[in-house]
This record gives sequence, structure tokens and C-alpha cells, in this order.
Amino acid sequence: MKKEKLAWLLRCQLVLFGLAFLICAGIVLSVNTGTVDISPIEVFRIIFLRGGAGTLESNVIWKIRLPRLLTAAVLGGALSVSGFLLQTFFRNPIAGPFVLGISSGAKMCVGFVIIFVVGSYGRISNWVMVLAAFAGSMLITGFVLIFAGKAKNMSMLLVIGIMVGYICSAITDFCVAFAKDNEIANLTSWSMGSFSGAAWDDLGVICIVVGVSLLAAMLISKPMDAYQLGEGYAKSMGINIKLFRALLILLSSILSACVTAFAGPISFVGIAVPQIAKGLMGTSKPLIIIPTSFLCGAVFCIFCDLIARTAFAPMELAIGTVTSFFGAPVVISLMLKRNFRKQQ
Amino acid sequence: MYFETNDLAVGYRGRALISGINLSVERGRILTLIGPNGAGKSTILKTITRHLEQIAGVVAIDNSNIFTWSNKQLAKRLSVMLTERVDPELMTCRQVVAMGRYPYTNYFGRLTPEDEAVVDEALGLVRATELGDCPFSDISDGQRQRILLARAICQQPEIIVLDEPTSYLDIRHKIELLDILRKMAVEKQVAVVMSLHELDLAAKVSDQIICVKGDRIALSGTPEEVFQDQRINALYELENGFFNALLGSVELARPKGGPQYFLLAGAGRGIPLYRELQKQGTAFSTGILFQNDVDYQVAKALAGEIIDVPAFSLIDDGIIAQAKAAIDRTKVLVDAGTPIGAQNACYRQLLDYAAEQKIERLSGEELLKRLRQA
Repeated sequence: MKKEKLAWLLRCQLVLFGLAFLICAGIVLSVNTGTVDISPIEVFRIIFLRGGAGTLESNVIWKIRLPRLLTAAVLGGALSVSGFLLQTFFRNPIAGPFVLGISSGAKMCVGFVIIFVVGSYGRISNWVMVLAAFAGSMLITGFVLIFAGKAKNMSMLLVIGIMVGYICSAITDFCVAFAKDNEIANLTSWSMGSFSGAAWDDLGVICIVVGVSLLAAMLISKPMDAYQLGEGYAKSMGINIKLFRALLILLSSILSACVTAFAGPISFVGIAVPQIAKGLMGTSKPLIIIPTSFLCGAVFCIFCDLIARTAFAPMELAIGTVTSFFGAPVVISLMLKRNFRKQQ
Repeated sequence: MYFETNDLAVGYRGRALISGINLSVERGRILTLIGPNGAGKSTILKTITRHLEQIAGVVAIDNSNIFTWSNKQLAKRLSVMLTERVDPELMTCRQVVAMGRYPYTNYFGRLTPEDEAVVDEALGLVRATELGDCPFSDISDGQRQRILLARAICQQPEIIVLDEPTSYLDIRHKIELLDILRKMAVEKQVAVVMSLHELDLAAKVSDQIICVKGDRIALSGTPEEVFQDQRINALYELENGFFNALLGSVELARPKGGPQYFLLAGAGRGIPLYRELQKQGTAFSTGILFQNDVDYQVAKALAGEIIDVPAFSLIDDGIIAQAKAAIDRTKVLVDAGTPIGAQNACYRQLLDYAAEQKIERLSGEELLKRLRQA
């Protein structure tokens, strides 16, 4: 008993160290590669010694690569945690902002803002985009929740999520019909998803929103753990179910809205990464899985962004393309494995 | 009384389904709800665990109304075992059981050595110590129920509420679970309130029985008071079948029509033949049964006509004449193979009578063979 616990602790530490190492490696690699070639020593000098201020290399690193990299890391982590919270809420491993139509809802609202508000008032602040994405997420989450109460069956819920997603897309397309070309281009590039627009100011906003939500998620990890046994049992152990569920869905929506607002809808990270995190840690304890998911998501997105940036340079792929390409197979294999285990 | 409900009314969406519910149970005692499907057993249980809001009335533990308590306060005194399917990911049985410590652990749910000791004890009590490190998703239904019971015990409650804990279990696991429950109730001085489908088991494990029937509590009392044939048959509206409270078993519907066989039975030899005749839908008469004979209990439910005598009394000539008349009416006599002793010596007389009258005579095996060929 004691021995097994020690082995498990060792495993956790190894995983965490591994992830930390991967993040470092990802950062070094990302900062290093790109259309402007910069040697590692130069990179070190520019970042840590603040050398060569004002040069092209310094600008590339400080103004483009570093903020983009960090944004990818933080948003990737946020998306994973958001997925984990949704999966806890629905007690379904393939619940995620994308599957349940929440991303499409956010896109719809952002579309409204880009087409109608930006069209009339010119530039708008990031906060408006965040709020629009958040409003869209919450709207669709609300819808899904109403249906979730009626449809006890989980596959039913997923069907509803996908259908709601289609409705949102239809409304978005409808608005697009009235939009100008440059607005359509804006919306399209936004909806493909990319970390390329990141600036330090945005990163500050992102870090605050994600940091607070993450902390809050950690603080409700005990009821999340108990909630895995089902609502009835959770209630019987003294949890205020209504409050807890509201908190869970609120945090998840804030996180996914934040990601959607700054990087567009990014698919499969929310589903695949928490599963990987659980597999790595061999547990589903939220207190452990939330930070692990965050780190895994950061690693996943850093590398996906690296691939998006460099695979067909100078052309850049949409981040959603890369995450789907690597995320979807993970989901399929997990489903098959789960199915196989159930049949046994 | 430790646990009481006073004129409790339960239902959904503000509409009372059952009202005037007055239950009470002491610590260390088992109260069981029985009744047909959809009669509202679960509704009552969900209301006393506060999973459903009450419509009216009071549920009191230690004379304090639980509807005024906080969730946590209630969790320390009352724990549950529900029918909802539990399917946690990547959790060992031990972790599921340890979840019962929820109301006692700190903000992040850290288990102290004392908590671990309670978990160990609960696992031991349900005889599942060796399952501790197994993933919960890999164990059988019977083991799952025991683990969930251990979880409920781990909450160190004074009262446990269980909703059909034995459904989906095979007979061995049913017995095992109820046995553990009984032991736990006594050893830990826990009051148990549960619903059961198995009437025979309910009679054996409970101290108090409540019969729920749709809109009201039809009956309540000790098992001896409640378990009487007619009461149970009325509760479940058994028209095509018969519940025998003494044996705790059920017989299917009595075959219709005039008797085609007379079974000379007794000492349990008749039962397999009665049941086979029932399956074929063939009516029969039987005798001469003492009312303390086990055959009599089944014949009561299945036979078209019974020639019987009170327990331990003598068979007089009037009864023998009745038996002869019954034999005459059926034209076939089946000798079930009942041993003949001093008290039923008249059986020889009946066999001789049948031979004299040239009435066809079959042994039990011959009857079975004939029925199965048909």
C-alpha cells in the first residue's frame, strides 16, 4: 500500500518534470525557428541579457515570437482545463466546447461584433471581443443546459450540441451575407484560429482571466472529485449542487470564451488533452488533473503552433487544422480503448 | 424514536403523490418499504434524503427537523446508496469508498490516517478488503454494491437510506449484501431505511415493513403482521398468481377448467407435479393433504380442488368418501409416491378403490412423461 503510493508520487513528479522540460524545449525551439534565422546563443542574449535592443532580431523575438509563444501556452492550457471542467460537468469524456456547440456560439457573437459593431465604430478593444465570445459561449451553454435537463441520455446531448452548433453557423453565415469583404476576411481568419495576433497587452489580459479561473477551478476540486460519483451521491455528501454546477459551467465558459476571443475556435484540445493528462497521471483527481491538463495543453499548443508556423513556411496553417490533425486520432483511440474495456 | 416522519407528503412539482406518511425507526433497526413498481417507494426515499423537496410534513432525526439542516450537517448523520449508475473514471474501489469521508476532510479533501483507518474498517465490514486497489470500473455488480455500501458506511452515518440495493444482484450477492446490512445495523447502531423488491428477503431482514401503494401507505407493521397471503396479494393486485407468505414464494396462475387428474400426494412429492401441470395449463385435484403438509401450501395456489384435513387430525370416512368422489370425476389417479404410514394408511384404500373401478393409474414419472410429450 505504502509502496504503491510512493511509486505513484514518483510517477507524478516524473510527469511534471517531463512536461516542464517539454515546455522549455518547446520555447527554445519555437523562439529559434522561423523565417528569420537566429542562433540559440543570440536568443539567450536577447531574452535574458536584453541585448541588441532595437535590432531586427530583438524585435522579432520580443514583439512577435515570445508573445505568440506564451499566448499559445497559456491559451492551450486554458482550453484543456475548460474541456476538463465540461467533462466533469457532463460526466462525459467527449464533452468539450467545440462538440457542444459552445465555440460556434462564441463565433456567432464575435461575428456580430466584427460585422456590425466594428463596421460602424471602427476598431474596438479586446475586452469587447472577450465579452462577445463570452456572451456567445454562455448563451449556447444555457441552451445546452436546458436541453441537458430534458435529455437524460448523453448521446442525445451531443447530438443537440452538434445541432445547436449548426444553427449558430447558419446564423453566422446569414450575417456574413450582409458583410463587407474585409469584415468577412477578418471573421474567416479569426474563425480559423491563430495565435499570430498576440501582443503583450493581450497576454496580460489573458493571464489575469486564465489565472483567476484556474485558481478558482483548483478551489472547487474537492466537490469536483465527489461529483464523479454522480449528482445524487454528491448531494448526499453535503455539496450544494446548484451552486457547484453553476460555478463549474461559469469557469469553463470563461476559459473557453477567453481562448475563443483571442485565438478563435480551436478544436480537439479540450477533449484530447485532459484524457492524455489522466492517462499520464493514472488518476482523475481534479486537484492533480487541472494543473497537469494545463501543462499538457501548453505543451500541445506550443508544438502545434510551431508546426502551424513552420511546416509549410512561409505559408502559415490555421492552428485549428493542426490541433484537429493530432487531436482527433487521440480521441478516436481513447474511445476505442474505452469501448474495448467495457466489452470485456 | 430516532428517525421519524410526521404526515409527510411526497411528490413532484408541488403535487403530492403520497401523503400522510408516518414512518419511524430506531437505531440498529431495519425498516423496509415494499410495494409494486411505480408505487412511490423511491419518491419517499428521495424525499427523506432531501434529493426531492417535500410537499408537506416533517422528517425528524433526533426530534430535529432535517429540512432546516445544512447539507453538510445532514451528510454527517445520513448517508445513501442510490440506484443511479456510478461510473467514475480511473478510480480504485478504495478511492470510491474514501469519498464517503467527504464531510469530514479538509478543504482539499486530504485523508488523515484516521480517515484511512475508517476506510479500511468499512472495506473490512463489507468483506472487500482485497478489492481496495482494483479499478472500480472492473468489478462485478455484486462487488460494486458492496463498495457503494462501504462508501455509505464510511460516512459514519447514524442512518443509511438504500434504494433497492439488491436489484440486478444474483441470489448469492443479495443474501451477502443483506447479511452485511443486518450486521452493520446492529454493530454500528445504524438505522436502516430501504426499499426492496424481494418480498421473501424483506420479510427475513426487516424489523418493520411499510407497504406503499400508489397514493398511500397501504399497510405497516412487523413482518409477521404484514406478510399474510391475502394482504400481499391485495397489495400487488395478484390475480394471475399467488404469493405464499409462509414460504415467501410465488406461484403462477391456477389452471382453469375441470380437474383432469387426481393427485394422491403429500410430503412434498406433489409440488413438482403440480407445477408441471400448471405449466401445461391442466387443471387437477389433489388430496388427501394435511394442512401442515408442504404440498398443501402449493396446492392451495394451484389445485382446482383440494381434499384436506386439519393438521395432525385423523382422516375419517367422510373425507375418504370425498376423495373417492374426486377420483371418480377425474378418471385418472396419479400416485405421487408419497410414503404411506399410520396416519395416511387410507391411501392404500384409495389405490385399491381405483383399481376396482378400473380407473387409470399413473406414477409421478409417468405423468411427467405424458405431460412433456403432449
